[in-house]
Amino acid sequence: MRRYWSLYLLLLLPIAFFIIFRYTPMAYILLAFKKNNILVPPWKVDWVKNNGLDWFIKAFRDRGFITSLRNTIFLNLLDLFIGMPMPIIMALLLNELAYPKYKRVTQTVLYLPHFLSWVIISSITLRLFATNDGIINKLMGTSIPFMGDEGYWRGTYIFLGIWKECGWNTIIYLAALTGISPELYEAAEVDGAGRWKKIWHVTLPGIRSTIIVLLIMNLGHILGSEFDRPFTLSTKLVEGASKTISIFVYERGINGQQYALSTAVGLFQSVVCVIFLLMSNTLAKRFGERGIW
Amino acid sequence: MSIADKPASRQTKRLHDGMIKSRKTRLEDLAIAAVCFLLMLMCVLPMLHVLASSLSSAEYLVRNEVFIWPKGWNFEAYKTVLTTEKYVRSLGWTAILTVMCTLLSISLTICAAYPLTYSNLKGGKFINFLFLFTMYFSAGTIPSYLLLSRMHMLNTPYALIFPNCISVFNVIIMRSFFYSVPDSLREAAEIDGASPIRVLVQIYLPLSLPVIATLSLFYAVGRWNGFSDALMYLKHKDAEKYWPIQLLLYNVIKNSTQTTEQAAQEGFFANGVSKTIQMATVMFATVPILLVYPWLQRYFVTGVTIGAVKG
Repeated sequence: MRRYWSLYLLLLLPIAFFIIFRYTPMAYILLAFKKNNILVPPWKVDWVKNNGLDWFIKAFRDRGFITSLRNTIFLNLLDLFIGMPMPIIMALLLNELAYPKYKRVTQTVLYLPHFLSWVIISSITLRLFATNDGIINKLMGTSIPFMGDEGYWRGTYIFLGIWKECGWNTIIYLAALTGISPELYEAAEVDGAGRWKKIWHVTLPGIRSTIIVLLIMNLGHILGSEFDRPFTLSTKLVEGASKTISIFVYERGINGQQYALSTAVGLFQSVVCVIFLLMSNTLAKRFGERGIW
Repeated sequence: MSIADKPASRQTKRLHDGMIKSRKTRLEDLAIAAVCFLLMLMCVLPMLHVLASSLSSAEYLVRNEVFIWPKGWNFEAYKTVLTTEKYVRSLGWTAILTVMCTLLSISLTICAAYPLTYSNLKGGKFINFLFLFTMYFSAGTIPSYLLLSRMHMLNTPYALIFPNCISVFNVIIMRSFFYSVPDSLREAAEIDGASPIRVLVQIYLPLSLPVIATLSLFYAVGRWNGFSDALMYLKHKDAEKYWPIQLLLYNVIKNSTQTTEQAAQEGFFANGVSKTIQMATVMFATVPILLVYPWLQRYFVTGVTIGAVKG
């Protein structure tokens, strides 16, 4: 063991990082149960009434929070049902592509949007999707308020999410596809299976466990909320649909200095995320899948 | 998903090619290729539009006559960006920041991942848990913000460097890659009397260049595209000089869309000029990444796969 001292030396800085920037902030979670005072350390502040749960009660009586909670869940469900199948379909499509060089080029191009930031994407979108003089509307000869109506905005939001990450998310499915034994395809061909039959009976079952693992992760994040995506895509006209929990926390906490309330909201979000993750993982295991632990 | 599978899949490809394809299958293949082409267009056209807009003159842009080919070719917008102090400073600063953060992050990631591959390291399991736990439960935005405030890091460049300098996910990818290095190499070196650090430097690092390249790309893209930390941590007016390009761009665009109505009354021309400049800035903010990532594609595909399988 003595000769491993150097390994501990290597670990010193990473451990320091995790303790300082990941575990120390957890002390401030106490603030969720205390009066809004950040001038003294949170353990010295008085507890709030209702057994320290006052901020949680206030949050759930706050219309702004309820709206952001509803928006978060709604947008995430749309992402789950519409966004999640897309990379699977795209991976199947790429898998059927018969020209290897062309396939490589296609993949490179489809990964491109993943490397753009939401600031960039929103700045392009605001131009292309503008109601009156946007190119999309001009080409279609319509004036659809893609960014100016709550319903259409949700559609745009989901579409852009797919546009950005669909190609990137195929990577993992394509990797799973290479793990399928070629003998299965040969056997299917001998049995007279065509393209569709092979996809249905060989390819899809071959990536089932990958799909389930990703489903678990996505279910775990049903209350999680990205910040950049809704924040940069939001416009004044659609705030009722675009305000998610992350934006609520930012506006009330950092801009409004309601630290205790927004810490409580953040804690609620984190705890629900963990619970959902554990539940969906257990569920997957009950169905005989590997799960993520 | 291991290396062993690859020859097998190559074999089937040969087998598929060897078979005589029916006319119908060949038509289907072409149809699939066509669909893929459309998907590619969807990814590329918006960027081409931005490029064309940035190279066009303002009056065409205002009249919305620019699609993917510039009208009234000129480089004025690029000249303006390159001579406007705030853009140049922000771009330069973001570049420096990205390089610094990437070097720091990748070094720390190696330091975190390598010792964990020693299964007999005392406390290794606990340290591993310490790292992984933060992936599932985090304190949240406000507690981190308050901590930085207490550490007097707000409105300083440190707020962009340290709080997110290690990603657990990347540590997992690195560790998995280290695991795939044969133990026999390490054992042989240890018998020769090499210390763990020497084994890392002389055996593991040279073998891990692909994954180091991948993770460097991930870190660099994360920092270059990073926006929300700057938005939250650099609020003070004095901190504007540390604004990375994404935050600067966000503010420029937000301010310009708010004044669109005003511009409509005072004449579109000025607005058109600012649009070409915005588009040129977008090009500056994206091109560095778009130039790099295709070359690393082979590597990041493995990186993503490892992370996903072992996560």
